[in-house]
Amino acid sequence: MKKTFLLGLALVTTATASQAAAQTITGAGASFPFPLYSKMFAEYRSETGVSVNYQSVGSGAGQKQITERTVDFAGSDNPMSDEAMKAAPGKLLHVPTAIGAVVPAYNVPGVTQPLKFTGKVLADIYLGKIRTWNDKAIASLNPGVTLPGLPITVVRRSDGSGTTYVFADYLSKVSAEWRDKVGVGNSLQWPTGTGARGNDGVAGVVKSTPGAIGYVELVYAKQNKLPFGSVRNRAGKDVLADNGPASLAAQGVVIPADTRVSLTNSANRDAYPIASFTYVIFYAEQKYGNRTEAQAKALKNLLTWMVTKGQAYNEGLDYAKLPPAVANKARNIIASMTYGGKKL
Amino acid sequence: MNEPVRPRPLTRAPLSARSDRTFQGLILALASVIVLVFVLSVYQLGRESWPALREFGLSFYTERTWNPVSGQFGAAQMLIGTLVTSLAALVLSVPLAVASALFVAEYAPKWLANPVGYLIELLAAVPSVVYGLWALFVIAPILGRWQQGFFADPANVALYTRCQDLWNSGQTTLQCFFVPSAFDGRGLALAIIILTVMILPYTASVARDVIRLVPADQREAMYALGATKWEVISRAILPYARAGILGGVILALGRALGETLAVAMVIGDSQEIIKSLWGGASTMASVIANQFGDAQERLHRSSVVALGLGLFFLSVAVNFLARVVIARLTPKGIQ
Repeated sequence: MKKTFLLGLALVTTATASQAAAQTITGAGASFPFPLYSKMFAEYRSETGVSVNYQSVGSGAGQKQITERTVDFAGSDNPMSDEAMKAAPGKLLHVPTAIGAVVPAYNVPGVTQPLKFTGKVLADIYLGKIRTWNDKAIASLNPGVTLPGLPITVVRRSDGSGTTYVFADYLSKVSAEWRDKVGVGNSLQWPTGTGARGNDGVAGVVKSTPGAIGYVELVYAKQNKLPFGSVRNRAGKDVLADNGPASLAAQGVVIPADTRVSLTNSANRDAYPIASFTYVIFYAEQKYGNRTEAQAKALKNLLTWMVTKGQAYNEGLDYAKLPPAVANKARNIIASMTYGGKKL
Repeated sequence: MNEPVRPRPLTRAPLSARSDRTFQGLILALASVIVLVFVLSVYQLGRESWPALREFGLSFYTERTWNPVSGQFGAAQMLIGTLVTSLAALVLSVPLAVASALFVAEYAPKWLANPVGYLIELLAAVPSVVYGLWALFVIAPILGRWQQGFFADPANVALYTRCQDLWNSGQTTLQCFFVPSAFDGRGLALAIIILTVMILPYTASVARDVIRLVPADQREAMYALGATKWEVISRAILPYARAGILGGVILALGRALGETLAVAMVIGDSQEIIKSLWGGASTMASVIANQFGDAQERLHRSSVVALGLGLFFLSVAVNFLARVVIARLTPKGIQ
């Protein structure tokens, strides 16, 4: 009697253990979408019982881990380069999950309305060519605003970051000098400025330093109640970042079939120009290592949910939604996942 | 009955000999684990940094450009940054540490000496992220306010503009070296200040212990000659204790060289030549902390690891040098 009971207990425990193993999905990578993913995964768990463990370790580390197949999916703010994908043992797919906007936040005493910037002015500030707030270039964009003669304290990221990548990508498109002298990357050789760690670090320094300017993700500027300026887009319109204009950025750009594309300096008339996708990256062929079909299916369901139902959580947390056309492309990419050559 | 009892140790001798051998083997194994860890870490660091070292050769440690975009990596600036912050912090902290050790060991009454000594040791137990936050939220604003006061004078703003032209061309003058480059309070100076506080307890507590260990005969002999308290300290105590104090200094230097988080939070991260005391700089450890997580290109990642290898050898070299210095400074007759 006792024996059967113990045996039964053992069976039950192993059964639940294997079930739990199948229903835990692991991911790692970008820290920018972490607040959104935390919310999404908590909701997903209460809906389906599947728990997702996401480590926000940075885009680069995420790419490394998916290449080494130590996680089910990676999060990254910038798509992997062709060269980086070659190092992976299988074909990698990218799917965007949200759109982020990078804003120029500042601390200029006495200025109450949002300042206007152009890409050229931002590039010149970050190149160290515009050094005081009452510089002609800034003043002529902001008629009627009394700008102080304060020196500009340029604040930027000290750690490698997808936010830096997006900002530099935009500056490279609007300033030839930036493109030639500095270029695009997660870490740069900065001509000027003081580095701070993380979006919150940059926001903190800007907040406590009169005369400072720094680029941060929209959500951090809002959380820290930092004023941020509008940026003139390609059509010549001054746009203040918000979820709508950021989402429009994806509608002025031709999205390729694999969705690996830069959204900065979008051609859409009302788009905010410094915007980008944040991606999840995973393998097209899911049968590798000792993965089961159930695991592959669980991942596919999660990803599909993230680009459809999960999108409802984006705007509440200040991430822009994927436009319907992009969400459709994303669904098609996810549908192309296979297990042992068969569609899932 | 009359037969003498066999001495018991004889029967136990083989067991004791056996356990001796076992213990010897155990100790040997444990000791070789340490050596193994050392060798393994050199091997791992070397293997990971090989792509960078193959690409740039040893000029990796003498080149000044660190540009992740163009894929040019040279660690000279971080090497200098590490040495400058550590040595400057040492110069500031050693007099403070020795003074506090002398106070605790020689001057303070007992009811004061114990709590003060305890508090100094407590400084060593504070995690470095706490120091970093303290520097960022308490000291940086204080320095920032001073810098704002500096910029309130239009003449200084003109001076700053002149200096910035000079800095942009990669030069500096003695005057410009002390002109703030921004007013957020962060930068090289703040990193040195925070390192000074962080390494203080190491030197101070070691110095206090070795000063207490100076034999009473030494002092009494000196007093018997009619020496004043200061003469006793400067002629009898400090010379006797200097080797031990230097040991504490080395310990502090080791910590300063490798300190990562607090420095990375406040140093302002610039891989340019150090042009102003108040401007940004970077150390090898701070660049590793900042760039390793997001280094996507193979060469970039490998270069960051090569920084680690450089830091490893720098620490070994500094420690070796320190041992030589201590051996020379130790007065004869002291073990």
